Amino acid sequence: MSGYQAIVAARFRALLQYRAAALGGLFTQVFFGLVRIMILVAFYAASSRSTPMSLPEVIGYIWLGQATLLLIPWRNDGDIAEQIRTGNVVYELTRPLDLYGTWLARAIAWRTAPVLLRMLPMFVVAMLIIPPLLPGWGLARPPSAAAFAMWVACFAGAVLLSAALTTLMNVTLMWTIAGDGASMLIGSLASMFGGLVIPLPLFPQWAKPFLYALPFAGLLDLPSRVFTGNIPAQQALWVVAHQLVWTAALIALGRWLLSRGLRRLAVQGG
Amino acid sequence: MQIVVDNLVKTFRVAERDPGMLGSVRGLMRRRQRDVKALAGVSFSVRAGELVGYIGPNGAGKSTTIKILAGILVPDGGRVEVEGRAPWKQRIAHVSRIGVVFGQRTQLWWDLPVVESLEMLRHIYRVPLDQFRAARDELVALLELGGILDTPVRQLSLGQRMRADLAASLVHAPSILFLDEPTIGLDAVSKLAVRAFVQRLNRERGVTVILTTHDMDDIETLCQRVIVISEGAILSDGSLADLRNRVTRERWLTVDVDDGSAEAITDSHATVIRRDGNRVCLAFDPQVVSPAELIRRVASAHSIKDLFVENPPIETVIARLYGSVS
Repeated sequence: MSGYQAIVAARFRALLQYRAAALGGLFTQVFFGLVRIMILVAFYAASSRSTPMSLPEVIGYIWLGQATLLLIPWRNDGDIAEQIRTGNVVYELTRPLDLYGTWLARAIAWRTAPVLLRMLPMFVVAMLIIPPLLPGWGLARPPSAAAFAMWVACFAGAVLLSAALTTLMNVTLMWTIAGDGASMLIGSLASMFGGLVIPLPLFPQWAKPFLYALPFAGLLDLPSRVFTGNIPAQQALWVVAHQLVWTAALIALGRWLLSRGLRRLAVQGG
Repeated sequence: MQIVVDNLVKTFRVAERDPGMLGSVRGLMRRRQRDVKALAGVSFSVRAGELVGYIGPNGAGKSTTIKILAGILVPDGGRVEVEGRAPWKQRIAHVSRIGVVFGQRTQLWWDLPVVESLEMLRHIYRVPLDQFRAARDELVALLELGGILDTPVRQLSLGQRMRADLAASLVHAPSILFLDEPTIGLDAVSKLAVRAFVQRLNRERGVTVILTTHDMDDIETLCQRVIVISEGAILSDGSLADLRNRVTRERWLTVDVDDGSAEAITDSHATVIRRDGNRVCLAFDPQVVSPAELIRRVASAHSIKDLFVENPPIETVIARLYGSVS
């Protein structure tokens, strides 16, 4: 096991301990999922035009969005923020590890453990408990085994993308000592343009090319649509490519900013 | 030479603003910056197996030097070689071979038990398993960590934490150990434990140790050599006895009387530094008046109950050294 893998494993195990928070989150997310479905069911009933997503696809999309909600990088890593605020971040350099790699490893654990803790029970609720109670409102199974397999790949891609965004947010803290302004901006953009508020296919036609080009689509929107079959399994490789290209670009940007930030820190004193 | 530091220079830039509301507003437009010289040409070298105390008043540049040696900070000028490596240029290779303990902070994982922190470090430093087990068991025995191995770091007392941190800095068997104020805030027992361990590490394993501290007992018990730095420049480098001789030849004669005549004890060749009931402490220069002569003169005039001659405490010596520059 490399040092980075050890960090992922240790953070993952530490984060798995927050089971009560996950349970609380589960109830909230089921509730809001039902509210959002109610709104969209009414919306679909009132619309006579053809829609870019079928109602079952939209419902599945909402459940998957609720289940993987924590892939949205809402805020930066509190421990790293504290390290930067106090200047203790320089001490991390006494370890034979790359600092960006260390932060990315932490972010990967942060974007998996809490998500899995909520996602798996959420699948049980949305696939097994909701359908008998509210027929038609549950999460339908993926149309094929291939679609499911591609969704798993897209989910992994979304984790990496989210971790790269989180790490970039952490790096921006080196410039805004008190504020998490840049982080909050990225967080809001990600929830709006990631499909959490309105599914991206329901946006106006002119906006879609931009929305799909942005990295945020790869967090919730594209993977969920692969699961529901809205994006055919054969095209899902494009989703993974989109995620990986953005992940690589964000990692390159984050690394460059961090090396500049560290140089600045060394000039300001420690 | 294992460590060579040659004419090391480091300047920090500090932002300044004028006081008051107007100053704050002006600061928005134009930030004034002042350069603070933390190190102004520091040079020394250390042989393998030495135990060196690196001391100086707050802000003297001790930590800056340690941070540069540990590969954390990049100097503005000068040359540093540690076993042939330039620490900041080959940081990862360098830090794999050194151990660092900062007394003010921990390098353990706050929410993990001590034993798991050590396990993490095994992966980070890529220590082979059998080698790691041997090192861990030895460190656990020497530092008496057996009882706290399963305790999360956040629940440890400061003394326990420092012992765990020492163990953490040594799992990869480094040849050099940097200790930045390792005894700060510790109680007497923990200080003794840390000192005994550091001494043993240096003597039995030949680990080179560079230690910064404000605790002069650390220096007196541990260090064969003391480097004193102030305002970014080295004031003195040598044994403790050398340091003492350089600063002052002064010795202290303490006299106890039992007839209440302490008030009257004086001598033309000594200065009274303290009177305390029936006790008087006289400072004298043995090259001006020998101890025997001084004692004879005092004893002839007063009835002495007890007396002893001593060196001024090292604190006093160091304080004078610091005071002579600023």
